[in-house]
Amino acid sequence: MTDLAVTLLLFFALVSTAIAIALLRSLFAVVMLSGVFSLLAALLFIAMDAVDVAFTEAAVGAGISSVLMLGTIALTARHEMKPKRWSATPLIIVGIIGAFLIYGTLDMPAFGDPNAPVQTYLNPDFIARTPKEIDVPNIVTAVLASYRGFDTMGEVAVVFVAGLGVTMLIGGSGGFLRRRYRETVLSRKDGQA
Amino acid sequence: MFAFATGAVFLCMCLLLIRLFIGNTLYDRVLALNTFGTCTVLFIGTMGFLFGRPDFLDIAILYALINFVGTIAVLKFFRYRRIGDAWESEDDRAMIQDEPDELAEEGEEKRA
Repeated sequence: MTDLAVTLLLFFALVSTAIAIALLRSLFAVVMLSGVFSLLAALLFIAMDAVDVAFTEAAVGAGISSVLMLGTIALTARHEMKPKRWSATPLIIVGIIGAFLIYGTLDMPAFGDPNAPVQTYLNPDFIARTPKEIDVPNIVTAVLASYRGFDTMGEVAVVFVAGLGVTMLIGGSGGFLRRRYRETVLSRKDGQA
Repeated sequence: MFAFATGAVFLCMCLLLIRLFIGNTLYDRVLALNTFGTCTVLFIGTMGFLFGRPDFLDIAILYALINFVGTIAVLKFFRYRRIGDAWESEDDRAMIQDEPDELAEEGEEKRA
């Protein structure tokens, strides 16, 4: 009962944060609010006992990505432009995709269901196999670094490519944007003087 | 008892969300974000005791660390307008420091 109440309260705060992010035009405020969004998501993960996921969410969402987004603001603009005209198409598309996603969760086993496949054979199997196959005391570490090692390597590759892409887009031009910015500011100053 | 504490912390979080949304100046927003992080730490603690599993209390301390580092990074950005890289030249340094503080002005206009 208290479990449900806490989850509902956190979801209420999460949804209002998301609406605020969509409405605000000041990008600094959006960065601050996205940090709050990550913290709330982390709290929800903790309420569901997924402490490791929650910690990753807080470290990446509230920590690193806020800093990265601030760095992006430093290179681009501080305010979002007002849309020229209001269009309902994105809202409809998002609504339809959301409805499909919710429909997809109907097939999933309920939260904490003891008869879910992961509880009936997957977890006991890992607990039985880890000591003799991997010989690491922490089973989560064994699953992440050994059984799912190939998957983790793929993730590292994806993160590397994403970082490379961003660097080439906004940072890899040899400080071109910054030089241009400095020239504009200096010429503006000359104009005033 | 713990339910009351959790509710009180959640109420604080709601008030901070309102402050983040209205946000007179950007410094208000930074302060609200920092306080929200502190509230998260408290919420993890009270939630653990409320559900009868206070095992995650040490995790809450790590959240305090993330919160601290994040706030320092944001404030450093406000001060120097860049993150992590050094000045390219003395010109650069002079320009950044002569630059009018757009952020502070923006906040003052709203307040006036």
